Amino acid sequence: MTKELLYKYVLALGDDALIIGQRLSQWAYKGPFLEEDIALSNISLDMFGRANLFLEYAATLKGDGATADELAFKRNEREFCNHILCEQPNGNFADTMVRQFFLDAFNKLFLQKLIESKDEQLSAIAQKSIKETTYHLRHSSKWIIRLGDGTAESHAKVQSAINNLWMFTDELFESNKIDHEMVKQKIGVDCSLIKVEWDKIIDEVLSEATLSRPENSNMLSGGRAGIHTEHLGHLLSDMQYLQRAYPDAKW
Amino acid sequence: MVKEISTDAIWELLKAIPDPEIPAVSIVDLGIVRNVEFDDDQFKITITPTYNGCPAFSFMKEEIIRRLELVGIANFKVSTSLAPPWTTDWMSDEVKSKLKEAGIAPPSSKVKCPQCDSNKAEVISEFGSTACKAMYKCLECLEPFHHFKQI
Ligand SMILES: [Zn+2]
Repeated sequence: MTKELLYKYVLALGDDALIIGQRLSQWAYKGPFLEEDIALSNISLDMFGRANLFLEYAATLKGDGATADELAFKRNEREFCNHILCEQPNGNFADTMVRQFFLDAFNKLFLQKLIESKDEQLSAIAQKSIKETTYHLRHSSKWIIRLGDGTAESHAKVQSAINNLWMFTDELFESNKIDHEMVKQKIGVDCSLIKVEWDKIIDEVLSEATLSRPENSNMLSGGRAGIHTEHLGHLLSDMQYLQRAYPDAKW
Repeated sequence: MVKEISTDAIWELLKAIPDPEIPAVSIVDLGIVRNVEFDDDQFKITITPTYNGCPAFSFMKEEIIRRLELVGIANFKVSTSLAPPWTTDWMSDEVKSKLKEAGIAPPSSKVKCPQCDSNKAEVISEFGSTACKAMYKCLECLEPFHHFKQI
């Protein structure tokens, strides 16, 4: 029973990393300038690497010869359990940076706690990943400040991105049955406990960026239960195309 | 089976494998090879990734296998360990000077230009052409350079 729950817990963490990695990879060769293009691709690679670690571990827990590739490329939309914030479209550069900033701040706090996990493999992945996420958060925070405190147009775009994406932020701190059990066994992270710190990071950066935090309204969730926005299906059809058309293709 | 090759000899073989992205240094120099031991008739080689997203990592593993098979060693196993996480603290001073000679500022909290040793440098981007490097510009000699990030 625990093994099954642990599998689902790890799978969700893998899906979060995989889907945001795929989104960021869509910026490759389309970045606003060379250094930023490389930065976004680097962050995407970090997330793919992290997804690989989580999904390989999930595959081990699942057994029956399951592999990380199978989990990534042969599950359908409803079987993915990533947070819906991860699958939101890239939009303009401000939309991407706001999505990243919200996720980086969350990941930093989440990984800090996951290091203490009683599960050795989860703790090892967290210790490894926190170093990268620290860089990612510094990068996205700087952009939020630069865009918010920049021109009237950049300010308007980043504020509009914040307003549009805010509805997906509550889901990060929700707990389902699996989370509760994992927290009880000191394997998982109690996300309700990191919300206060997350708010603090967001408020500090937004205030320096002369931006404002929206009120909570129409907050949306469901990703952990496989209920997604219409964007995930499109992302998967692109990401999974090759393995669907040519099963087990290798190069 | 009798152990015909020493673990030291395996280390020597591994030291000859350059990092695919920074060929000036070897995978042993960088601390990617964590351990080599002979146990149960088998050489057990433990490696650790630098960055999660480092695309060179799987290449390194394949290269280790290729080089060992090339000299006729068959009884070995390469496994990956994540903890403790890789850190640039594992680099020796000798390795740091190799990086500097290759035009890459070695990991340090005080970044110095590898060309003119000036400590007046500014970050262009924290993300360089590979996951382990950041881009800087020297404010004295005006040359751009890479800094091997300290993590
Ligand atoms: Zn210089």
